[in-house]
Amino acid sequence: MTDLHHLTVAELSAKLRAREISATEAARHFLARAKQHESLGAFLAVDEAVTLAQARAADERIARGDAAPLLGVPIAHKDIFVTKDFPTTAGSKMLAGYRSPFDATVVAKLADAGCVTLGKLNCDEFAMGSANENSAYGAVRNPWDAARIPGGSSGGSAAAVAARLAPAATGTDTGGSIRQPSAFCGITGIKPTYGRASRWGMVAFASSLDQAGPMARTAQDCALLLSALCGPDPDRDSTSLDKPAEDYTRRLDDPIDGLRIGVPREFFGDGLAPDVRAALDAALKQYERLGAKLVEISLPRTEQAIPVYYIIAPAEASSNLSRFDGVKFGHRAKHYDDLLDMYCKTRSEGFGAEVKRRIMTGTYVLSHGYYDAYYLQAQKIRRMIADDFQQAFKQCDIIAGPVAPSVAWKLGEHGSDPLADYLADIFTLPGSLAGLPGMSVPAGFGEGGMPVGLQLLGNYFDEARLLNAAHRFQQATDFHLRAPEGF
Amino acid sequence: MALNEQDVARIARLARIELTAAESEHMLAQINGFFDIVERMRAVDTTGVEPLTHPVAAIEDIALRLRDDVASEPNQREANQKSAPAVENGLFLVPKVIE
Repeated sequence: MTDLHHLTVAELSAKLRAREISATEAARHFLARAKQHESLGAFLAVDEAVTLAQARAADERIARGDAAPLLGVPIAHKDIFVTKDFPTTAGSKMLAGYRSPFDATVVAKLADAGCVTLGKLNCDEFAMGSANENSAYGAVRNPWDAARIPGGSSGGSAAAVAARLAPAATGTDTGGSIRQPSAFCGITGIKPTYGRASRWGMVAFASSLDQAGPMARTAQDCALLLSALCGPDPDRDSTSLDKPAEDYTRRLDDPIDGLRIGVPREFFGDGLAPDVRAALDAALKQYERLGAKLVEISLPRTEQAIPVYYIIAPAEASSNLSRFDGVKFGHRAKHYDDLLDMYCKTRSEGFGAEVKRRIMTGTYVLSHGYYDAYYLQAQKIRRMIADDFQQAFKQCDIIAGPVAPSVAWKLGEHGSDPLADYLADIFTLPGSLAGLPGMSVPAGFGEGGMPVGLQLLGNYFDEARLLNAAHRFQQATDFHLRAPEGF
Repeated sequence: MALNEQDVARIARLARIELTAAESEHMLAQINGFFDIVERMRAVDTTGVEPLTHPVAAIEDIALRLRDDVASEPNQREANQKSAPAVENGLFLVPKVIE
């Protein structure tokens, strides 16, 4: 079957259960595609023997009559999730050759659900970046235009799904790292409420923000995967919430008649590129045709989200990344004078420029005399931003706006100016700081034929409503079905 | 408030990162560029606002759990040391610390 890769997770699942195809056939097909399109730079690790062994195990479960919906479905993991059977690098030289003794909870849950792992996907080093240009293992190319970035930090995940190298992938979102690459590559991604998915085994960047989620082509596929990967992990992640996992597919087809969609005026200012605005205006009109009502709302501290995030995330990163000292795992410098010198040389060699910058910023804002003025002040404004959302949700059920101010930019276009990347995160950061669930849904095309994503934000634990709104939109549009040329 | 070269050297020392002169100069310019936008944040009146640590605490009380202090993992010394840079007799090796 030559067009296996155009099937969605739900379609593949139906064919696997009807035994029209086997998990082994599906795995072989996608492994061959990963090899064929190596030049995208999406995969960092594949291991045919491991994948095929998992596929055979899935086929045996299917033969025994197991009808779990994800059984035999091939997926790939962002290389920020640790895995026993594949190396884990987090996109960093620091972890070159690292093998975890255990699987991340998200990886283990998806394996229990029957998913077959195709390999590990490229990402920005320690998930720090908005373009996937900060990976120590090379940039990832956008399947829609190889001269452009795929977005970041889950750039390998987005490119792999868009190029049909995997029907779905995992990602993580700290300040937009699921939503923004999903938008730039024309796929669907969801970041659940902070605390819904376990952070156990996710290489930590900013612990109060990091959250795992699925990236796929449709909202239905995201719902299937999200149902499997969420759930409490009380003994292993102290921030994991005691809320049982849900079946997020249950409400997908509910009508959205009368759904109140809040449109924040701060998301539609001068900073928004005209092509993105045009696509979003059309998407919002589509929602009106589906019976939704648009309500103008205000998120007055949108601009503040940039400094607040870029204080809090580096502060937490500087603390989390102190574990990389060349003693228990990872890189160790070859030449050094003493213990202190070993730490310094190891870290200077192992970390890339952006990671060093964030560790430096974080160390500074947490240092004596600056903590109150920067870190504590940022955490206070973080609460004000979260409160602004609660005010807004009095007037609306979900919020809609752009994911990013423009379509995907060209590789190297932002040069070595980190601020340009930071400023482009403006629309994803507020939802991240508030810990709200958020999605990106393909909503049209802009400059250069590049995909535009519609961001949907929900209130805490309202993932099902977001997926419902996205699914209804996808029933009425075909942006999510379009494939980039050559794939 | 702009940082100077001494600040960058002090922060690098705290962060256990060694910077070349060129890296240091570049870092200084970039961090100062970033702190220009941070200044706008410092002007916000946050009197009486409680800092937010776990975001869901914006709507409900969140207490970080403690689990029972019992050994739940089997001994995995070999697996855990598999990726260590230097190991001998099951111990992690580091340069001499005490003379």
